[in-house]
Amino acid sequence: MANEQLSALIDATNTAVQGTKDELTKLDQAIGDGDHGLNMARGFAAIEEDRDKILSKPLGAALQAAGMTLVMKVGGASGPLYGSLLMAMGKAAPEGAPDRKVLADMLGAGVEAVKKRGKSDRGAKTMLDVLIPVHDALADGADIAKIRQVADDAAEATIPMVATKGRASYLGERSAGHLDPGAASSRLLIQTVCDVIEG
Amino acid sequence: MSQSLPTVGLVIVSHSSDVARGTAEMARQMVGDEVTIVHCGGDPDGGLGTDVSKIVEAIDQAWSEAGVAILVDLGGAETNSEMALEMQPAERQDRIRILNAPVVEGAVMAAAEAAGGSSLSAVQATAEELMGQP
Repeated sequence: MANEQLSALIDATNTAVQGTKDELTKLDQAIGDGDHGLNMARGFAAIEEDRDKILSKPLGAALQAAGMTLVMKVGGASGPLYGSLLMAMGKAAPEGAPDRKVLADMLGAGVEAVKKRGKSDRGAKTMLDVLIPVHDALADGADIAKIRQVADDAAEATIPMVATKGRASYLGERSAGHLDPGAASSRLLIQTVCDVIEG
Repeated sequence: MSQSLPTVGLVIVSHSSDVARGTAEMARQMVGDEVTIVHCGGDPDGGLGTDVSKIVEAIDQAWSEAGVAILVDLGGAETNSEMALEMQPAERQDRIRILNAPVVEGAVMAAAEAAGGSSLSAVQATAEELMGQP
């Protein structure tokens, strides 16, 4: 991943998150505490602010720095969760540009970190319900169109799920019938990364 | 019980700075200055939420050789406190516990136990009894 691609990723993810802030908040008001849009917007704006510092580093350190920014600035559980994802991906990053296999390994390391941080796994109606199938598809050699499809299907598949982790789990059965906000933000970020890769 | 022995410090973490402050006040009413009680609440912009850097600072302020017990309210407060715990020096980490107890009642029970000079494990056990059998 070239530095200019990382620069484009910073801009694109921030723009996407700011543009989806109200939608994420609305989803979170239904089954959470209604702060997901605001928290994500604050976190990605902070990454944008730190862009020069982040871009001065090699890929691995840059991802770790961006992750730390999310941890320190978000103010909700999504900070440590997305922050741990990026930090673990950064730790698994190679010196040079990652090929597809290495990228899959990096995402795999990130997913493991999110599982550990959230003490969760697939099926609990969380961001992991998008990230795990996307990682599996990437590792299986899926093309970008397929990865988009997997992310979209996986996010939609959280709608009937009953939450067993996070604030939504307090609602029990009543959490069914709503798209999970974390799954929605993960889909958004995956789609945005696909956009940047396609150029 | 010697006066010179350090007592366990407490950190109260709530999404609301008002709840955190009020909880610390209630606990202090029980124990006065015998126990260091530090509170933090609110996201980095002052809204509802929790802030890792504030929690890191609070742990520093509450630090005692006897350890620090952290009381949290909801989901993100726990995740952010775990993150703050892991950012502490390695030699401190096993002397910091996030208690599985309701924040207000847990803080009052933990403060009362800590004031008696109890160990971190005893403070934790007393607060967590509120959750039923562990």
